[in-house]
Amino acid sequence: MERPVVQTYNKPKYIDDYPLGPSFTSGHLTEISSGMRTYKPIIDNEKCVKCLRCFLVCPDGTIDKSGDVLEIDYDFCKGCGICAKECKFNAITMHKEGEI
Amino acid sequence: MSNKIFASGDEALALGVRLARPQVIAAYPITPQTITVERLADYVEDGSLKSEYMYVESEHSAMAACLGASTIGARTFTATSSQGLLYMCECLHYASGSRFPIVMMNANRSTATPWNIYGDQRDSLSQLDTGWIQLYVENGQEALDTVIQAYRIAENPEIMTPVMVNLDGFVLTHTYELVDLPKQSLVDKYIPFKDYPNKMDLDNPMSTCITAGPAWNMEFKYQQHCAIMNSALAIKEADKEFEALFGRSYGGLVENYHCDDADAVIVTLGSVAGTTRIVVDDLRAKGYKVGLLKLRCLRPFPKEELTKILKNVNVVGVLEKDISFGYEGAVFTEVNSALSKLDKMPKTYNFIAGLGGRNISKEDIKGAFEKIIAYSDSKEIVNNVEFVKLGCE
Amino acid sequence: MAINAKNMTNKELFYGHKACGGCAASLTIRWTLKVFGERTIAVVPPNCMSTVGFIFPHMTFGCNAVIPPFAATAAVMSGILAGAEAQGLEDYHVVGFAGDGGTADIGIQSLSGAIDRNDKITYICYDNEAYMNTGIQKSGLTPYGMKTTNTPAGKNIHGSMSQKKNMFEIMAAHEITYAATASVGYPEDMLKKLEKAKNAPGPSYIHVFAPCPTGWGTESDTTIEIGKEAVDCGLWYLAEYENDEFTLNKNPKEFSSVEDYLKKQSRFSHLDEADVNEIISQRDIKWNKIRKNWVR
Repeated sequence: MERPVVQTYNKPKYIDDYPLGPSFTSGHLTEISSGMRTYKPIIDNEKCVKCLRCFLVCPDGTIDKSGDVLEIDYDFCKGCGICAKECKFNAITMHKEGEI
Repeated sequence: MSNKIFASGDEALALGVRLARPQVIAAYPITPQTITVERLADYVEDGSLKSEYMYVESEHSAMAACLGASTIGARTFTATSSQGLLYMCECLHYASGSRFPIVMMNANRSTATPWNIYGDQRDSLSQLDTGWIQLYVENGQEALDTVIQAYRIAENPEIMTPVMVNLDGFVLTHTYELVDLPKQSLVDKYIPFKDYPNKMDLDNPMSTCITAGPAWNMEFKYQQHCAIMNSALAIKEADKEFEALFGRSYGGLVENYHCDDADAVIVTLGSVAGTTRIVVDDLRAKGYKVGLLKLRCLRPFPKEELTKILKNVNVVGVLEKDISFGYEGAVFTEVNSALSKLDKMPKTYNFIAGLGGRNISKEDIKGAFEKIIAYSDSKEIVNNVEFVKLGCE
Repeated sequence: MAINAKNMTNKELFYGHKACGGCAASLTIRWTLKVFGERTIAVVPPNCMSTVGFIFPHMTFGCNAVIPPFAATAAVMSGILAGAEAQGLEDYHVVGFAGDGGTADIGIQSLSGAIDRNDKITYICYDNEAYMNTGIQKSGLTPYGMKTTNTPAGKNIHGSMSQKKNMFEIMAAHEITYAATASVGYPEDMLKKLEKAKNAPGPSYIHVFAPCPTGWGTESDTTIEIGKEAVDCGLWYLAEYENDEFTLNKNPKEFSSVEDYLKKQSRFSHLDEADVNEIISQRDIKWNKIRKNWVR
């Protein structure tokens, strides 16, 4: 699995069902981060040359480079805008949430 | 054929640790624990102990290094005393909250100020709330045996709680007696290595020692509390199983010495119990019905044992080497709280003695018995917290 | 072959965290785990990254990870190493991610001890120049003139009036196997240094200049840009220490404008001309020493 996906964790009914000490399996996500976003990046695949600079500099790692085109995981993109700023080909533009 | 060695308390404890085969040792030297860490270094040097011996830069780092080693599933050992114990205090809460089975020797020593390297119990008794199982030993043999029992208790998968083994500074750490050395093969059988259920695993990664907010925190703390409460049974069983293999036991949580028909009992802990035992014998020979209740385990507190043993006693004196400033001795508070559950609670009296290493003699203890016997007959309301053998008004 | 965006794994080992948008510290962890891989044991003391990274039951590290006590990051790392050695574990890395406060102030004792023991750990300091997690208070690595919540800018206090502690040289003074300074503004240089740290036969330390939009008052999309500008104007330098030698990786022929760099950040908005000149002359003193003593 390249990127973890959100899972449901139900509050255990019995004390013995809690993990031993404050700990849990790594990579277990229960929430998304999209609520933190005001602006949303959109990649124009016509302009994108797959230099992968946006993939490199995203602090949240939301850009997936495995496919033919780059894909942003909008569940976890915070709209910081670094990808758009750093793209030397102006292939990424930031749009206010709700306007697209 | 017995295998006896003439050793100091520190050395006896080191011998016990060697038998327990900790995989990581991280300790910072502090009087009067130093001989223990020195001997362990000797054992690593001569090959009789295979352990990663770490030279840490402080006690806080010593406990932190043990935390680190525990997270990856290694058996650990550390040792400290007074200032060192207080310096690592944050890490004590950390270890118990994270459920790591660390075993630590604490050489009971007075805490500054004033500076004093001699033994009293203010260091460990001020840390009763940190979530560690706390055991107090009476002599070198008990130190050696208890540190081995400590691993059995700590690493029990139902318990997974760190254990502090306390021995009186200088009075025990630096005095010599003949101790019997258990056989390595039997110790290995008694405390085999097993995987810690909460360890980090390279093939199944885990996040540990993490945050838990208001929605989750109480459950983790409740879990921790249940485990240490359940450890009372584990401690008794470990002692019984030790007796089956090695022929010695220490009563589990407490030792009842002539309390069953006693009118007056002194409750105490550590090496003082040994002196008290002799005074009880002397007074019994003279016809006094007195007894000793030795507290071996302070956490979990042996509430049930105390109420059962002391319910028909007229008066109980608690003799301890500490004071909780602004109130009374910490052990006295705990004993009173336990005994208050009884329909007819014995009268109780607190003796604060031995602070800063002041000697507690047989005469002092005899005087304590006489005091509480007189007190039990008296109708006066008296201040029942007394500093023993104070040199001033 | 040097790690780059093309050959770097697509797998994310630090994902779903609640860091502010544009956080260089999270980018530092992301790049480090890309280089060090899945068999990394991450040690993250109480700081922004552990606060946003492990909130039960939401676990954003994909590798083994532990929060140590604040002062004890390096001591816990050493303990993990000792425990792993004792059990004969192989093919793993112990990496710490501490902030500037957790490195230069409260964490310095245990860091010094771990390096002194020559423990093979990699300690990454992400330097956002203040205690950000607790609300932007001054640390030992807060630069001259920065406004923080406990060095406010006013008539009496003019922001922080002390210099950054020289952690890179402090580590070099321990004769550490490998130490380097880096910046998120120069990704290729930083990735190369992470790789060197991973392969170093002893302890390694990387000091990463990590802009913080929230604490510095910068736009969230300028993080990489500011990280580059700090190096270009000489207020940060890219260097390495190994085999008893300092190497300067980038020696600008001409520095870009310090004033432009400072003016972009509201943490410096109160500085007057005298302050800016003081900062420039401090930079010049430092660079004279660097240019005289370090191999280029």
